[in-house]
Amino acid sequence: MNAMPPLQKQRKLSLKERYAHLTRGLGWETTYQPMDKVFPYISYEGIKIHDWEAWEDPFRLTMDAYWKYQAEKERKLYAVIESFAQNNGHLNVTDARYINALKLFLTGVSPLEYSAHRGYAHVGRHFVGAGPRIACQMQAIDELRHAQTQIHTMSHYNKFFDGLHDPRHMHDRVWYLSVPKSFFEDACSAGPFEFLTAISFSFEYVLTNLLFVPFMSGAAYNGDMATVTFGFSAQSDEARHMTLGLEIIKFLLEQDEANVPIVQKWIDKWFWRGYRLLGLVSMMMDYMLPKRIMSWAEAWEMYFEQAGDALFEDLSRYGIRKPKYHEVASKEKHRLSHEVWSIFYNYTHAAAFHTWLPSEEEMKWLSAKYPDTFDKHYRPRFKCWSEMQAEGKRFYNGTLPQLCVTCQIPMGFTEPDDPTTICFRSTEYKGERYHFCSDGCKDIFCDEPEKYVQSWLPVHQIYQGNCGGAEVKDVLAWYHLNFGADNFDYEGSPDQKLWDEWQSQKSANPV
Amino acid sequence: MTVAAIGRYEFKSRDRVELFHGNQIVYFHWEEHLMFCAGIALPLPPSMPFKALLAEVLPGCYGTHPDWAQIDWNKVTWMLDSRPFKPNLEASLAENHIGHKSLLRFWTPGLNGIGGIPTC
Repeated sequence: MNAMPPLQKQRKLSLKERYAHLTRGLGWETTYQPMDKVFPYISYEGIKIHDWEAWEDPFRLTMDAYWKYQAEKERKLYAVIESFAQNNGHLNVTDARYINALKLFLTGVSPLEYSAHRGYAHVGRHFVGAGPRIACQMQAIDELRHAQTQIHTMSHYNKFFDGLHDPRHMHDRVWYLSVPKSFFEDACSAGPFEFLTAISFSFEYVLTNLLFVPFMSGAAYNGDMATVTFGFSAQSDEARHMTLGLEIIKFLLEQDEANVPIVQKWIDKWFWRGYRLLGLVSMMMDYMLPKRIMSWAEAWEMYFEQAGDALFEDLSRYGIRKPKYHEVASKEKHRLSHEVWSIFYNYTHAAAFHTWLPSEEEMKWLSAKYPDTFDKHYRPRFKCWSEMQAEGKRFYNGTLPQLCVTCQIPMGFTEPDDPTTICFRSTEYKGERYHFCSDGCKDIFCDEPEKYVQSWLPVHQIYQGNCGGAEVKDVLAWYHLNFGADNFDYEGSPDQKLWDEWQSQKSANPV
Repeated sequence: MTVAAIGRYEFKSRDRVELFHGNQIVYFHWEEHLMFCAGIALPLPPSMPFKALLAEVLPGCYGTHPDWAQIDWNKVTWMLDSRPFKPNLEASLAENHIGHKSLLRFWTPGLNGIGGIPTC
């Protein structure tokens, strides 16, 4: 009988082709409704996209691969969380003062993960190209997982320490938490292209190491296995997020020259907003970690000045330059953490975490890391505060502070060239005065005043009577802050008392 | 500059004066005394006499500082909303042109922080 002809050998599709078939085939030009009705947010920002097919997928994951990798990470993570709880892992941190960094994280950062989830879910629907839609949808799931895993990881600490019991509620109401909250609301109320420039590029690519490394290394250096394990679990997600950030920038800049000035404006705005937000991290690094990793100044030099040089050198071929006021951030690096810590030291009676004076040994470190500023400007202030505390009159500032309308931080930043003078900037808009901590924040307001006249400024809201009452105690109750436990100095706090007790009992054998 | 938007994007200020129950917000800053980390914000009736501010309100804000008791108010220099200012002590805030969200900065010559260090 006749032999059958040999079968044509099918050429195997490359990874890129397989992925394109899988994902691009899901998108189409709509005909029952016009495209601009199906995608109403895609052109109002002035960004021009001529060819969505030019989008290079920053990573190529199918859903089944995604679930597989993520499930693996979850299995490991929850095993460690359980072991941490069973072993009383909270007793192994360097010192209970460290937990205050976690209080700041859980109330200030974890809710942003949830906001990011919502933001990416939104833009994951509204991009015309299937490629960016899929990348954003996966990121939306990643960010929800980050919110969940952070809450689960840190919940153990809530059993033993104050200030961790109501992070969602506090995020929406407490004065210093309006800083991260307004940052993300600004991004989420922007269009899809600005959102990606703000979060994927500026936050998750340019500035990411200045958030992630301090908190995760801070955890590792201070015996916090729970947070360390979260960090490892999130690391590969963050790698994907970074590649998305880089891809969106290049895609926008390559699509049309007209996009360049718009993207530059967003890079300027979101560099400055992100930098101001990271002031909280600077204080965490220099003052709140019993075992420090490096100084804020060192971190800024490494992760922005050096890394940023290389990045913006690369982007210069598109006509993009370094962000406006980056030189101000460099000038401020020797002052930032000290100024921000002072803000919180002033207002600890109204904060849901403790502050304290640095010890003599810690001041030696600060002196060495900041030879031009610490001994001249900040050590004398700590000396005064230490004397006041010794007399039983620990310094608290009894009057609410002036807040910057854009970043919403108390205006405790000094002139770029003068560490002894507060930086005041202001403008008038439609007959009303607005004040800013810096040229950076002022420029952001002046470019989009209708956005920032809506700023929900905690101090003004308290004075309008919208925050539970006229007395500080009423406002703190409205915050769900436990008075006498969550607030005031670390010295004399219930956290400290418990910690000292546990440490003394560690190897004691009472009869 | 206007906000890029898909529709009308115009909002009333969230901090317009009528929301403060008859008060206006005034910001103060005691220069060269950065122990007080930032300017302070106070809700004040526009009809309040300036001297009442000095005698009754500001001591509660700054009185814990050792320099406060030594201030000679005749020597104090002021700036109101970025202009040099000489307060009329008998007149009200409004009559002194101190309006809603005005900023008052003041210097106490000879008193520049504990030990003469302005960050204290």
